[in-house]
Amino acid sequence: MSEAALSKPTERPPLRVRLALRDIDGVTLLVVPAVVFVLLLFIYPFAYGLVLSFLPKKGGWLANYAKFFSDPFLYDTIWSTFRLAIPATLINVLVSVPIALRVRHMRHRRVLTTLLVVPITLGTVLIAQGLLIYLGPQGWFNRVLAVVGIGHVRLVHNYTGVMLSLIMSGFPFTFLLTLSYLTGIDPSLEQAAATLGAKARARFVHILLPLLAQGLAINMCLSFVQTFSVFPSAVLLGAPAGETRVISIAAYQAAYEQYDYSMASAVAMIMGFCQLGVVILILAGRNFLYRGSAAGGKG
Amino acid sequence: MAIAGRDFRELRLDDMSRNFGTVNALKGVTLTVRRGEFIALLGPSGCGKSTALNCLAGLLTLSGGSIWLDKTRIDRLKPEERGFGMVFQNYALFPHMSVRRNIAFGLAMQGRPKAEIERKVDEALAIVRLSEQGHKLPGQLSGGQQQRVAIARAIVIEPPLVLMDEPLSNLDAKLRLEMRAEIRRIHDVIGSATIYVTHDQEEALSLADRIVVMQSGEVLQVGTPEDLYVRPARAEVAEFMGYRNQLRVGAARAGNRVAINGGAIRLEGTAVEPFVEGNAVAAIRPDDLAVAANGPVEVKTESSQYHGGYFYSSGRTADGVELYFRSDRRLEKGEPVRLSADPARVLVYSGSGA
Repeated sequence: MSEAALSKPTERPPLRVRLALRDIDGVTLLVVPAVVFVLLLFIYPFAYGLVLSFLPKKGGWLANYAKFFSDPFLYDTIWSTFRLAIPATLINVLVSVPIALRVRHMRHRRVLTTLLVVPITLGTVLIAQGLLIYLGPQGWFNRVLAVVGIGHVRLVHNYTGVMLSLIMSGFPFTFLLTLSYLTGIDPSLEQAAATLGAKARARFVHILLPLLAQGLAINMCLSFVQTFSVFPSAVLLGAPAGETRVISIAAYQAAYEQYDYSMASAVAMIMGFCQLGVVILILAGRNFLYRGSAAGGKG
Repeated sequence: MAIAGRDFRELRLDDMSRNFGTVNALKGVTLTVRRGEFIALLGPSGCGKSTALNCLAGLLTLSGGSIWLDKTRIDRLKPEERGFGMVFQNYALFPHMSVRRNIAFGLAMQGRPKAEIERKVDEALAIVRLSEQGHKLPGQLSGGQQQRVAIARAIVIEPPLVLMDEPLSNLDAKLRLEMRAEIRRIHDVIGSATIYVTHDQEEALSLADRIVVMQSGEVLQVGTPEDLYVRPARAEVAEFMGYRNQLRVGAARAGNRVAINGGAIRLEGTAVEPFVEGNAVAAIRPDDLAVAANGPVEVKTESSQYHGGYFYSSGRTADGVELYFRSDRRLEKGEPVRLSADPARVLVYSGSGA
C-alpha cells in the first residue's frame, strides 16, 4: 500500500471510479431507452388497468371480479382457454424434441429452419385464412375425403380448427427454441456416454433430457403464454360463441361491445394472473432440475 | 455383444482408413498393440491421430480396413458395444451428475449390483486420488481434478483399451507435468493398453512404450522413444522429433560417413539407409550443433534465447541458410561464430525433403 493512501485515509476515490467499481459507466446509459419503454408501455398500462379494474361502473371495488366469477358465461372462458393452451403447449414442446434430436445432425439444417420460420412471419390471420379454405366444407381436404369415400370431417369453426392453428403457428417457435437448446449441449457428452456403454435410449434419458429439461421448461412458459392469449384464431377458426370462447374474447366483448373498460380490465387481470400462475408453477418445478451449463468441462 | 475385461492379447488395426468426403484423413493405418502397452500417437494437428482414436472408439465408422481384438472383429460394433474407456480432450464430464455418479455411470449401464458399483467407484476414486471430492459436481473441481475424474470414469469399467485424446492440452505447464506422471502410474496400476493422442513430442517421449508418428493420415514410423529420438527413419519424423535444422544439401559417401555440401555448409554426417548419393536432407538437432572456435560452418548470429544454463541461438550462413544451434553465452546480433557437429549426430536422408 502506498504512503499517500495511508496518510490520507479519509479521501474517497472520485465518483467515476466508485461507479466503475459497481460496473456503472457510460455504457450503462444504453439501458435508459429500454427502461423508459418498459415503464411507459408495460408498467404504466398494467398499473392503470389494475386500478381501473377496481373502479367498476356500479357496485363495490370488487364488483367486476364478483361478476366474473358468478357468471358461468364469463368464468367458463378460463376453462376453455386452458383446454386449448395446455394441450397446444404440450404438443408443441414435446413433439419438437424428437424432431430436433434428428434435425440437429442434418447437413441442410439451415434450409429447414428457414422454412420453419415462414409460418411465424405469416401471422395467425393468414394461417386461419389458409386453413379455412383448405380444411373447410368445400376445401380440398374434405373433397379428397369425399372421393375416397370417408365422407365429411368437420375441422374448422370448432376446437380442432383452433388447435390446428395454434400448432401451426406455435410449433416453429418451440421447435427452433428446442433445437437451439439441444445444439447447446456438448456433443462429446453423448459420445462419452456411448463409450461407457449407454445405448441411445439411456443416453437420452440420463444425459440429454436432464440437460434439456431447463430449456424445455422455459420453452413451455413462452409457448403457454403465447397460446393462452389466443384471439384471432379462436374467432376465425373456432366457435367464438361456444367451445372456443376464450378469455380474450370475453375481455374484447366487455371493452368493445359493452364499452365497460373497467370490466375488460378485470378480465385482462384475471387472464394475466392465470398465465402468471402457470409460469410460476413451471418455474418452481425447474428448481428440482439441474440448472448449470451443458458443457463437458473447461474448454 | 459387449467386450469386457482386460483379458486380451493384442489389438490389431489392419489397413484402417477413413475419408471425409474427398479428404483421406486416414490412409491405411496398420498397427498391433499388445496388452499392457502404452502407445502414443504423435503428429501435428490434422495428421489423423484423433480420427484414428475416434475410429477405435467407434465414434467414427471406417471407410476401409478392419480392427481386431484378438480373433474378434470389432470395427462394425457401436461405441457402446466395444467397452473401451475414452478420455476426451475437454473431459466431457456429465455436468449434472456428481463425481461419484459420473464414475458410476459406466458400471450402472452394465447393470452391476449397487454394492459392487459403490466399491469400484471407491477404488477408482482412490486410484486418481480424489476420494474426498466424490460428492461434488464437475463444475466445482479444478481442471486437473476434472481430468482425473475423466480418467477414473474411463478405467472403472475395466476396459481392455483406454483411449486418451490430448488429455493434458487444457492444463497449465506445472499440472501437465504432474498429470503426465499420474497417467503413467495409473496405466501401470490397471494393466490395460493405453492409446494416447498428443502433438507434444516431449509428452510422447516420456509416457509411451512405443510412439506412432503420423503425418497426413499415414504412419511414418513406429518405435520406442529412444529409437525415434536417436534414429528417426525419415526426415519428416526427424523434424517432428526436434531436429530443427533441416538442410537441403548434396551428399556423397566418404568411407562410412557421408560428406554433405550445402554451399557454405560443409559437414560430415551419417547416412540413414536406404541412402542414395545426390540430393539429401541433413537433419541436426540444435543441441548437436555447437559453437567451436575452429568449426567448419560460419554464421552471423540473428538471435539468442536463454533456456536455463545455455542459450538457443540462430544465425545465417553467408548464403542465407538459417541454422539453430546451442551456445554457452548470449551472442550479440550480427556476431560471427563458427559451428561444428559430431558426424554421428548429423543424419542424412536421401531425397529433397518434405
